[in-house]
Amino acid sequence: MKVWALHLAVLAGLAVAQMVLPPYHANNLARIMVLAVYAMGYNIAFGYAGLLSLGHALLFGAGMYGTGLLVHHAGLAALPALIAGTCAGAGMAALVGLLALRTAGVSFMIVTLMFAQVGFLTILYFNGFTGGDEGIALNAPQRQILGADMTQDTARFWAALALFGVALGSKLLLVQSRFGRVMLAMRENEERSRMLGFNPYVVKLKILVISGLYAGAAGAAYALLFGYFGASFASVQYSILPMLYVLMGGAGTVLGPLLGAGLMFYLVDFASSLTSAYLMVVGAALVVLVLFAPKGILGTIRERWLKWLP
Amino acid sequence: MAAVILQAKGISRSFGGLRAVDGVDFALQQGEIHALIGPNGAGKTTFVSLLSGRIAPDAGSITLGGEDITRLPAHARVKKGIAYTFQITSIYPRLSVFDNVALAAQARGARDLPAEVAAALVRVNMAHLAEQEAATLSYGHQRLLEVAMGLALQPRVLILDEPTQGLASGEIAGFVALVRSLVPQTTVLMIEHNMDVVMDLAHRITVLNHGQVLARGTPAEIRANRAVQAAYLGVEDAGA
Repeated sequence: MKVWALHLAVLAGLAVAQMVLPPYHANNLARIMVLAVYAMGYNIAFGYAGLLSLGHALLFGAGMYGTGLLVHHAGLAALPALIAGTCAGAGMAALVGLLALRTAGVSFMIVTLMFAQVGFLTILYFNGFTGGDEGIALNAPQRQILGADMTQDTARFWAALALFGVALGSKLLLVQSRFGRVMLAMRENEERSRMLGFNPYVVKLKILVISGLYAGAAGAAYALLFGYFGASFASVQYSILPMLYVLMGGAGTVLGPLLGAGLMFYLVDFASSLTSAYLMVVGAALVVLVLFAPKGILGTIRERWLKWLP
Repeated sequence: MAAVILQAKGISRSFGGLRAVDGVDFALQQGEIHALIGPNGAGKTTFVSLLSGRIAPDAGSITLGGEDITRLPAHARVKKGIAYTFQITSIYPRLSVFDNVALAAQARGARDLPAEVAAALVRVNMAHLAEQEAATLSYGHQRLLEVAMGLALQPRVLILDEPTQGLASGEIAGFVALVRSLVPQTTVLMIEHNMDVVMDLAHRITVLNHGQVLARGTPAEIRANRAVQAAYLGVEDAGA
């Protein structure tokens, strides 16, 4: 009860923010919410189940290109393309998982990284079709979802909030479900889980597919809401970003990804106004975080004060 | 004679040049408490790991209730009803006691988790600790939690690997009573070093030495066996 009240309050707070914030920040917030959905997907794999992937950009990219290419080349309407992109993320996760989950630990990191690089280079190689480095911009008629025009700030914000709300609610249900408990079990003690009758390979594959669903949805929404998709979104930087969001906000917390995405977004925003070497500022922030709050902000708060925080 | 529930025929496993388990024939009878004893390094843990599927055998076959399970992976054998509790306590330290046991119960598809978890915890006398984080339990309670997880699986065969190791003497008495209450619904195979517990509980005993079966029989027969006395029990026990 308390848990649902808190999360509904967060959603209400976001809705109010749209009305009171200046358009620049409201737009940023829309972007943050979409990125937070991506980070939530990463958190499901990494924070709850202990799967440290360095290749989630492939899943984000699958959603983004699955949607973008269908809209741009096949003339598909935005909503079915959004669903197709979400499924593309999950499908790609299944494909990668089938092979990558035969490894664990550092090997898993390397294998997922390699798969993501293959995806990135494939986009560049077929640049005539994908737009390559330059990417492809979507025009206004291509960006209508259920009659709402994604070129308009307000409509875009509500769409981002709707996606975020659905993702947040689903994740809360997931982590409080029986399967959520199995996810934690896989992170905490895989051998024990095996000896309770859980097939680790199958469980981790399911987790990765759910994670891919989130990443795919975020990628698909990003293309439609912000009207552009390009190869940089499938680059290694976009595999690292969700990890940073999750580490900062708190791995294995439901709201951590939103907090992490928001703080990191503004940290980059602020740092790049000071210097072109803004990634150095980000790096320094992370070093401080890992040294003094390795569980992230919400992870630390949960440990010290709010034990009930999911 | 009761029906055989778990059987191994000619089972072997080597590690490098060491034949840890060497052509062992073994039959576990439905509803019995069977103790596996032998000196350190006799191959006891390797043998039960072969039975539970944690290790694959080099040769031989294993059947559960007549069904060949030799090639089944460990998690599938658990689903068939073989539960294994670890020698070195293996729980989920950062989860609550409830969640630890709930994972076992839900693994076999239990419907009413709170009731089933409570039932398992009552059997090990830990119902009052359900909300506690497992890492904060005393060592004895962690061992019992491990047993509760085994119970929540409602297995046909429960394999206990040195369950009383590190328990206080008062806790051991309770544990003996607990294991005795499990049969004949569950069949128990236990590796145990505490001879008092073995002689008190076991219906039958198998003695392993150098990876081979040295002797098998009732506690009285094992006590009287000269080869066992020489290899394991020691001279002072021989006259008892």
